[in-house]
Amino acid sequence: MSKLRVATTSLAGCFGCHTSFLDIDERLFDLLKLVEFDRTPLTDIKHCGPCDIGIVEGGICNAENVAVLREFRNNCKVLIAIGSCAVTGGLPAQRNHLDLGDCLSEVYLTEPGTSHGLIPNDPELPLPLDKVHPIHEVVKVDYFIPGCPPSGDAIWKFLTDLIAGRTPTLGHGLIKYD
Amino acid sequence: MAFELETAEHPEKLRRVAIEPISRVEGHGKVTLLLDEDNHVKQARLHIVEFRGFEKFVQGRPYWEIPVMVQRLCGICPVSHHLAASKALDQIVGATHVSPTAEKIRRLMHYGQILQSHALHFFHLASPDLLFGFDSDVAKRNIVGVAADYPDLARQGILLRKYGQEVIRVTAGKRVHGTGSVPGGVNKHLTREERDALLKEAYQIIGWSRDAVHLVKRLFEQNLELYNEFGSFPAHTLNLIRADGAMDLYHGGLRARTMDGKTLFDHLDYNHYWDHVFEQVKPWSYMKFPYFRDLGPAEGWYRVGPLTRVSQCDFIPTPLADRERQDFIAFDAGHAAAATLGTHWARMIEMLHSAEMIKDLLHDDDVLAGDLVTTGERQGRGVGVIEAPRGTLIHHYRVDEHDQVIRANLIVSTTHNNQAMNESIRAVARKYLDGRELTEGLLNHIEVAIRAFDPCLSCATHALGKMPLRLELIDAEGRQIDRMVRAGDGTCSC
Ligand code: SF4
Repeated sequence: MSKLRVATTSLAGCFGCHTSFLDIDERLFDLLKLVEFDRTPLTDIKHCGPCDIGIVEGGICNAENVAVLREFRNNCKVLIAIGSCAVTGGLPAQRNHLDLGDCLSEVYLTEPGTSHGLIPNDPELPLPLDKVHPIHEVVKVDYFIPGCPPSGDAIWKFLTDLIAGRTPTLGHGLIKYD
Repeated sequence: MAFELETAEHPEKLRRVAIEPISRVEGHGKVTLLLDEDNHVKQARLHIVEFRGFEKFVQGRPYWEIPVMVQRLCGICPVSHHLAASKALDQIVGATHVSPTAEKIRRLMHYGQILQSHALHFFHLASPDLLFGFDSDVAKRNIVGVAADYPDLARQGILLRKYGQEVIRVTAGKRVHGTGSVPGGVNKHLTREERDALLKEAYQIIGWSRDAVHLVKRLFEQNLELYNEFGSFPAHTLNLIRADGAMDLYHGGLRARTMDGKTLFDHLDYNHYWDHVFEQVKPWSYMKFPYFRDLGPAEGWYRVGPLTRVSQCDFIPTPLADRERQDFIAFDAGHAAAATLGTHWARMIEMLHSAEMIKDLLHDDDVLAGDLVTTGERQGRGVGVIEAPRGTLIHHYRVDEHDQVIRANLIVSTTHNNQAMNESIRAVARKYLDGRELTEGLLNHIEVAIRAFDPCLSCATHALGKMPLRLELIDAEGRQIDRMVRAGDGTCSC
């Protein structure tokens, strides 16, 4: 049986959901019998190719996030939003009620201890969005796993269900919204 | 002020090559190179490309929420932020000394964090470069390749990390983003069963950690010249130090030394960090550039992290790790202890130290019983500093009489290393890339240098730019859901 191809990425997240993915611990070896990795933070593949499963951590906070997310949607048959940030925007969305210009000038111009204050303006820096958005507002998402982060056990249960062709279900104790 | 290769004279005439995203690191970043027609590198920059603004949006929050909020800066070292914030808030609630139980449980959590983060970095992220070669096959150069060729090593890496995560779980309540530490102390003890289960494995973990130190030593011996020289540069240093000069990753005073060993300050009360550390902003990165005020921005940049801590402490207060430290410092007349890749060796020594500390703390019955929380006279300002896996981490808060945070300043480890990482990639660009046809393997050399610092680019994200630009965000159905216009003066409207 050929292996399923899996890609993962972190957008505006903290990597905690990826950390939790690695919390499947030794079960990683079992997983590797069933899947192979495309672009993930663990491999040096810089762009996602055709994949069976795409896992996205983090919401979208800038233009680059949007581009990566669209690339994932175009290439992945099944797209999963993992963790509060991808599902709702999460903690980074706390800035949504603030004025971005105020944030910038506070951090780069007026914060004590900051010398030569200026606001970074290089074209290499992707344009930030005014608000942080959950990913389903921009692309179609097939599954959502809540939690900040969902536990390694929850991720394991979900993926093994999906890979085996069962409808993924997270029973009591695995669904958490913290 | 100009650093070599920081800014090309005529960028418009040059060819741009980007490494994007930097992979096998935590967080979002990219490197850009500008080359002339003969492939000579004229500019090399590490950019931090994301803005989050934690300092701003914690304002107005009640102070007790802060330790659980700010750890969401980073899912790989959440405990570091959890504890640095708690230490700052200890000062706010007047807990000048937390109880022995609280301090030991927090230390346990912290050493669990160092252990798991160092294991993750070495085995999962960096080891493929070191085991297979910097320009080895890209398909193989990852943990899956390591698992195929070195199954025992990969297994040990995974189990070391698992152990650290379990130490975090029993002290913090959960593996990622726990809630165990609170202003003034902690909120739970360990149960006897939890303690015993961890103790049972502690000796195996110490053994594997020591094997990992020896593995890096062997890699140095096999490639001495390359490992000593690769991406290396002289740097000033900053780290926490215990009163007797011992390595202490949880608490101490600040030690700063120049690249030629002169002391700038030592055992400095970290509440006064801001008399000494300033930050400069550059237009091409959201990450600031800290420097020692006395030396100024051109000369005053410095390096933090494992290499600094292991080479600048007077000793390590656990026997196995200290023996390894002495070996490391003496190796090849001190060259490894000054080498960028020596950071991997130092990191494994710290992992060993953490494993030894965990074992000692688990033997201490204070973690099973005793006072959890202490309070005293309420203060308006608090500073917490800790040695996170990647280096010195500073949290600083002001809280008003309504218990709301009114000001926050965070200087994270990776930010301290900003200039150092840029120096390192420029050293690699000069030596390995200049004048050559760039291949994937050559570009990976740049990332190998960055990975030595184990940067947490996720921690380091701050703010926005200045060109007039317009962006529209269209949803899956083609409707516009966000629109951003950035004016030329850096202000935004939408
Ligand atoms: S959901 Fe939580 S753990 Fe996951 S990326 Fe967001 S903040 Fe981090």
